[in-house]
Amino acid sequence: MALELAKRGHPVYLAGRDQEELARTASDLQLRSGAPVWVGEFDAGRPDLHSVYFEEARVACGKIEGVVLAFGYLGDQGRAEQEPDEARRIMEANYNGAVSILLVAANYLEAEGAGWIVALGSVSGDRGRQSNYIYGSAKAGTAVFLQGLRSRLFKSGVHVMTVKPGPVDTGMTFGMEGLPLLAQPDAVSRAILNALDKRQDVVYVPWPWRLIMAVLRAVPEKLFKRTSI
Amino acid sequence: MTPERADGLAVKRLEGLSGWGRHPLAACSAVRPERHRDLLAVQGPRLARGRGRSYGDAALRSDGTVVLTERLDRFLEFDETTGILRAESGATLKDVIDAFLPQGWFLPVTPGTQYCSLGGCLAADVHGKNHHRAGTFSAHVAGCGLVLASGERVVCGPEERPELYWATAGGMGLTGIIDEVALRLQRVESAYLKVKHQKAPDLATAVRLLSDPAHDATYTVAWIDCLATGSSLGRGVFMAGEHAAQHEVSLRFGNPKSCKPKRQKRLPFDLPAWALNPVTVRLFNSAYYAAQGSKGTFVSRYDSFFYPLDGVLDWNRLYGKRGFVQYQYVLPTAVAEEGTAEILGRLSHSKRASFLAVLKRFGPQGPGMLSFPMEGLTLALDIPVSPGLFELLDELDGIVMKLGGRVYLAKDSRTGREVFKAGYPRLEEFLAIRRSVDPEGLFSSDLARRLGI
Ligand SMILES: Cc1cc2nc3c(=O)[nH]c(=O)nc-3n(C[C@H](O)[C@H](O)[C@H](O)COP(=O)(O)OP(=O)(O)OC[C@H]3O[C@@H](n4cnc5c(N)ncnc54)[C@H](O)[C@@H]3O)c2cc1C
Ligand SMILES: NC(=O)c1ccc[n+]([C@@H]2O[C@H](COP(=O)([O-])OP(=O)(O)OC[C@H]3O[C@@H](n4cnc5c(N)ncnc54)[C@H](OP(=O)(O)O)[C@@H]3O)[C@@H](O)[C@H]2O)c1
Repeated sequence: MALELAKRGHPVYLAGRDQEELARTASDLQLRSGAPVWVGEFDAGRPDLHSVYFEEARVACGKIEGVVLAFGYLGDQGRAEQEPDEARRIMEANYNGAVSILLVAANYLEAEGAGWIVALGSVSGDRGRQSNYIYGSAKAGTAVFLQGLRSRLFKSGVHVMTVKPGPVDTGMTFGMEGLPLLAQPDAVSRAILNALDKRQDVVYVPWPWRLIMAVLRAVPEKLFKRTSI
Repeated sequence: MTPERADGLAVKRLEGLSGWGRHPLAACSAVRPERHRDLLAVQGPRLARGRGRSYGDAALRSDGTVVLTERLDRFLEFDETTGILRAESGATLKDVIDAFLPQGWFLPVTPGTQYCSLGGCLAADVHGKNHHRAGTFSAHVAGCGLVLASGERVVCGPEERPELYWATAGGMGLTGIIDEVALRLQRVESAYLKVKHQKAPDLATAVRLLSDPAHDATYTVAWIDCLATGSSLGRGVFMAGEHAAQHEVSLRFGNPKSCKPKRQKRLPFDLPAWALNPVTVRLFNSAYYAAQGSKGTFVSRYDSFFYPLDGVLDWNRLYGKRGFVQYQYVLPTAVAEEGTAEILGRLSHSKRASFLAVLKRFGPQGPGMLSFPMEGLTLALDIPVSPGLFELLDELDGIVMKLGGRVYLAKDSRTGREVFKAGYPRLEEFLAIRRSVDPEGLFSSDLARRLGI
């Protein structure tokens, strides 16, 4: 995502936990795109610091045009069912952390009267499935949050886009078996930016997931609970 | 769920993994570090795999773990005064070109595909059409990072730990995992080449054109029609290229330092095994000889000149399900022409179709202990796998061995230990260094086991 943005000439601020990796990625973006790139701290699990993180980004960049939320934690569903800590980590990263930082970003962009927010949800949030319903429910919560945020910010000219990716070939999915239609990250990133250009509200990537999820959502609970999906 | 590894990395089973020739196939377990730190953490019997553009079993490890480097592909530093680019080893040549050609920099040496990784290029110590002038890839590397069996990371290069470096360059991944490469790029004025094609009606002419200083150029190579027989044996098209200066590139091309990306084509299915047969290849070769041989002098995009095969992304499927073998050998200058004539004779006699046959003159051998190029002539052949092929290749091996030549490991999937040992006299030296950095032999490959390396 960051590379695609930088290639379009946007200055980029990378925020995350792993500063060493971020620095390597930052050099890469800079050398490939020529755009200025900064790095800084961000930990979804430290909501008390979220306004500080955001302010650091703003000071570095001068002005923030848009925010991409691309962190997430899939976790281990089996373990989360036994260990409350794992379940909490999944909820905190995918819901609490997302809501907290997006509220900070929203307040800033609202005051600016322009800008955009792109947040990565998941098709898993469209229907609870026994294999990943904790993660899915956190993503679903975030999706509803984004619906509300979208309406609120619409009045100030700030666009909020929810992205619902199907399985993507990243560290999150590497080694998992039986993943249908595994998409490549660069293709997904380009699709997301194209959707942003068109100011879409909710986008599924790759697009067939819109249809697949429509079908999956239409299956009555009575039936769905008997399947192994 | 996949089994847990001591290093905590997720494992993916790749059932039919192969090199570019799609022969042989092997079932391998793979890990794919997404962060540099993960690469340092990988433990156990392992082998680096770049983009799988070696043809045979060099990047396969069926009794250990294949470490995919593709996600560690970042550029770390570029020095405009020296042209040195420091990058993670999974970056491809295409990544480098796309970022730096528009700024007037190009690879110092490039193989015939841009889809291979920097690590793979150093590990195979690849050569290009400019070998006779520029040497191999490793001659343009200022240094590299190498993750050893112990997990320790060291830096080596022509100046620092030179023994380890010259074992690693051409060492086919057997000394460790290269994590970074510092590559010296060359300045170019444009993304185009001035190319000259000339017909060579027989082998002697092709060899003469490749060797005659009057016809020499930065890049030279000859395409050979290996179905031609009799007095036309070894006929081909000699191709010479120079980077074009800015003023030599017609304005109609737009910005001289970049070309519009080509549309990538894909093969929708495997071609049936009979599609490439002596009749179709003969027809193709005659047409190609006539058309390409008469082109004279023209200006070409860099990708059409260096990477003609990359135009179709998965052209290896042309050869059908059984896959194909690339056979590449080099023979010392004194016996090169006679040996090549003998090999081409055997080949055309066997009526096997090699769609692609490329003849190239190599310059002096470099310091890489297992590097392939030596002064002489090299011929690369693509031959579909079919009954009797391996017997024929054993015969060709016999000729190569008798004449003091060697076969290229990055292309190999079938040669024998004897041929290998005869061709690579510095093997013992290599093994000693490898033992010193990897006493337990954690790094190995299907190729290494086959050849007893
Ligand atoms: C169309 C085509 C044309 C070609 N033309 C030429 C040519 O003109 N000249 C030439 O020399 N070669 C040529 N080749 C061969 C190719 O350049 C080499 O095989 C190269 O090594 C492929 O790089 P890769 O990243 O795909 O490596 P792989 O095939 O993945 O690996 C090749 C070897 O390098 C090792 N390796 C890979 N990455 C690392 C790493 N990070 N650290 C340590 N070891 C590593 C592997 O273990 C393996 O032994 C051609 C190949 C194709 C498909
Ligand atoms: N891959 C898929 O199939 C898929 C499908 C649907 C949706 N998604 C969503 O797409 C987004 C990107 O996923 P991905 O595939 O790139 O996943 P990934 O490879 O697992 O990467 C997740 C990233 O999130 C960061 N992160 C996790 N927890 C964090 C925290 N508490 N604070 C700060 N950063 C944190 C990680 O940072 P560290 O480096 O510090 O660990 C890592 O960079 C996520 O929101 C994911 O839920 C992915």
